[in-house]
Amino acid sequence: MVVDASLGQFGDLLFESALAVYVLAMILHAVEHALLRRTGAEQEEARVPVAAAVGSGTVSREGAPALEDTATPARPPRTKAERFGRTGVSLTVLGFALHFAMLVVRGLAAQRVPWGNMYEFTAAISLVAVGAWLVVLRRRPELRRLGAFVLLPVIILMFLAGTVLYTQTAPVVPALRSYWLAIHVSAAVIASGILLLAGVASVLYLLRRVHENDPTRLTWTSRLPSADVLDRVAYRATAIAFPIWTFAVITGAIWAEAAWGRYWGWDPKETTAFIAWIVYACYLHARSTAGWRGPRAAVINVVGFAVMVFNLFFVNLVVTGLHSYAGVGG
Amino acid sequence: MTSTLQAPPGDAGPSPSRPGRARQALALARNTWRGLTSMRTALILLFLLAVASLPGALLPQRTPSPNAVSDYLAQNPTLGPFFDDLGLFDVFATPWFAAIYLLLFISLIGCLVPRSFEHVRGLRAEPVSVPRNLARLPHHAQSTSDDDPDAVVESARRRLRGWKVAVRSEPGGVRTLSAEKGALREVGNLVFHLSLVALLGGIAFGKIFGYEGQVIVMADGSEFCNSGIYAYDSFRPGLSVDGTGLDPFCMIVDDFRASFRPDGQPDSFDATVRYQDTDAVERGDTTWQPHDLAVNDPLRVDGERVYLLGHGYAPRFTVTFPNGEQRVGLIQWRPVDQATLLSEGATKIDPPGVTDESERRRSQLAITGLFAPTSSGGGLVTSTFPALNDPEAAVDVMRGDLGLDSGRAQSIFEVDRSMVEQGRLVRVARENVKPGGEIALDDGTRIRFDGVENWVSLQVSHDPAQTAVLVAAIALLGGLTLSLTVRRRRFWVRVTPAQPSTTVGRTVVSLGGLARTDRAGYGEEFGRLAADLAPPRPDDADTGRERPDPDVPADAVESGEPDEQDDREDDDGR
Ligand code: HEM
Repeated sequence: MVVDASLGQFGDLLFESALAVYVLAMILHAVEHALLRRTGAEQEEARVPVAAAVGSGTVSREGAPALEDTATPARPPRTKAERFGRTGVSLTVLGFALHFAMLVVRGLAAQRVPWGNMYEFTAAISLVAVGAWLVVLRRRPELRRLGAFVLLPVIILMFLAGTVLYTQTAPVVPALRSYWLAIHVSAAVIASGILLLAGVASVLYLLRRVHENDPTRLTWTSRLPSADVLDRVAYRATAIAFPIWTFAVITGAIWAEAAWGRYWGWDPKETTAFIAWIVYACYLHARSTAGWRGPRAAVINVVGFAVMVFNLFFVNLVVTGLHSYAGVGG
Repeated sequence: MTSTLQAPPGDAGPSPSRPGRARQALALARNTWRGLTSMRTALILLFLLAVASLPGALLPQRTPSPNAVSDYLAQNPTLGPFFDDLGLFDVFATPWFAAIYLLLFISLIGCLVPRSFEHVRGLRAEPVSVPRNLARLPHHAQSTSDDDPDAVVESARRRLRGWKVAVRSEPGGVRTLSAEKGALREVGNLVFHLSLVALLGGIAFGKIFGYEGQVIVMADGSEFCNSGIYAYDSFRPGLSVDGTGLDPFCMIVDDFRASFRPDGQPDSFDATVRYQDTDAVERGDTTWQPHDLAVNDPLRVDGERVYLLGHGYAPRFTVTFPNGEQRVGLIQWRPVDQATLLSEGATKIDPPGVTDESERRRSQLAITGLFAPTSSGGGLVTSTFPALNDPEAAVDVMRGDLGLDSGRAQSIFEVDRSMVEQGRLVRVARENVKPGGEIALDDGTRIRFDGVENWVSLQVSHDPAQTAVLVAAIALLGGLTLSLTVRRRRFWVRVTPAQPSTTVGRTVVSLGGLARTDRAGYGEEFGRLAADLAPPRPDDADTGRERPDPDVPADAVESGEPDEQDDREDDDGR
């Protein structure tokens, strides 16, 4: 297991650049919001319903043309706010590319999949979150104004990864050296990243609803997509991530069977993964229980994400003593 | 759809003349059952399950980490015992946890069984007939055609291959077509929930008929046989396992190798073993199968799995008594620091040829203390590295009565402190020795530190339902994926023959669509269907066409009564 130190340092540099670019992108998105407040908020607002209609996919047979309509609006040239927003998106793409390169370099340096420790794991989750966000953006460009809110948790996560959790490039302990690391951990990373997006959408949904019920409150949310659209983003993201999370838990159990002698042993990590799974099952149930869809379901989704974050930080950092990878097995 | 608890007709007014109590009881039972199997109850029970599991994540648990529980109890003398009484250190074995998941599974079965029947019935039923006003549906379109109604319906039928289709007629020569797709969603949902039941069953079966045993074996060619509980250092039997009838396979541990990184992190472990499965043992075979036992790579034999759990060191001492007789002491010492493998232990030795009990009790020996695989040197020995680079032992030699026949169980890693306190076991030497070194006692006894052996700790696990659990988990995942990706949707066509007064003498084609589950994503598909079946015609732009109403979705959700959800009583009603 060769570890290439200079390559590792290059990876760190890429990580820092990606973080800086994300911060810049978030600032641009924030400026977009600020400009919208000052200049012709009504005019901008007039476009929101159109966006909502397209977003809902509920257009009747003009569906396809309508999509094109918004892509190339027969409107006056882009507003200043819009230019800021679009630049923010471009920077997000650039940050994503740097971020992706960082993980590749890190993997090359350590000669293994680049999610063998908390630093890499957190970086990978953020990457998936940004990637998922870019996919959403591609399919629904009108959601662009969510950018700042998606980037904020990503930046916080990456900041923590780069400071508190930072670990130098190194091979992983024998207990982790298995192809299950690639399978199980990738699934967990992908699910977590998508769930981050879902969590953000649910939080914004709850805020936006407050405004929709009483337009004098939380007026800044009027520049977000409608509650209905946010709710749908949250649901779609969760519905995609939940089977992936299920897969992650199952492969974790398969790995545990090979590594620790039992497929399930209620160690803190397993327990928290189970709780998160149950909470998301609650969310999906709530979505089809009368009186529970809407805000209650959204709250459950936020709780679910809180459990995921708890699993990432608390269980790994505070409870580690109980199941450390230092010795053989658990 | 919101009437989760519809009172059965008979319940409304219990007639006083009838044996009212029985009826009331029946009604109560029925309502309880309906309540229990309602979606809302399932939701609440699921949430309770999550909340009840929380202590399992926040507090140390006895099952994986008993030592952490003892530490916690020692540090929290007031709260700790209270938590303990509530079972918070063993959450997943408490009656209240079991109550929640049992209720949940009763609810699940009560919900699933009727739902499965309903679904099978539904599979045979025809798609529902076309609603009167298609324009009120969330997805709708209208156009005209030069073809007659039958031809339009026929082309629609061709376009809708893979859908379940019913064609009907309405008065006035109107032809309608109803189509449905996505029944697999419900199949997936049922498979998913049924797999949950199977999964729980499999887990329970394993807990009843499985076992887990741990044993330390010296890696010097020592043998271990799975012949009974006595072969183990610790054994956790399933509820109906009494330790008889284990598969008596045997294995020999020939060698163990560990390598470490410069910072002391373990790099690799493996043990070279040979084994005979039950058949070979019973045949009295003399050949052994070789196997390399490593982390992440257990030996699977006869439905048991053998894991390499850990390793440690066993210092070997040869004691030469004044009369020239020798005794060898070799027993595992336990690591006290996993990072450096500094170990502690007590090698106990009975003097040879002593028949007199009281004499024997004065001359038993124990070599106890610390062992460092890589010694720090100096007077106070500690370990700086886990590999055997520069081994040294810092030992006390104790002589006297070890208390081995006192009837009390004794740790193999320590001497009996009470014997020391009573003065019946006294220290006769304290020295640091390296391999090859000797300690001379006052009576002429010499103790030589010969060297160090590796030991491995093995775990043997048996779970007869493990494969079934895996299959259930895979089915669960498949069902879940189906149920979350397949969309149930309906599509309707109504074709009205040409009526010169309303249109330009053409057949009118009206389309409507409804997503029965989550509507997201149906719009595009509907748009494509509409483009094929009722392409917009430039010349009737202002007659039959309707603009989409952007407010439909938003209003629908915000009012809490989205139109299409009226259609979901089967999802909500239980
Ligand atoms: C053991 C605990 C349970 C778990 C972990 C669980 C989990 C889930 C999940 C993840 C879904 C979403 C998949 C989908 O939308 O099709 C779901 C859907 C569903 N569950 Fe459960 N469930 C449980 C118990 C129950 C019970 C007791 C009932 C009946 C009262 C029930 C009835 C349903 C129904 C009707 C749906 C379909 C909702 C829809 O089609 O939108 N589940 N369940």
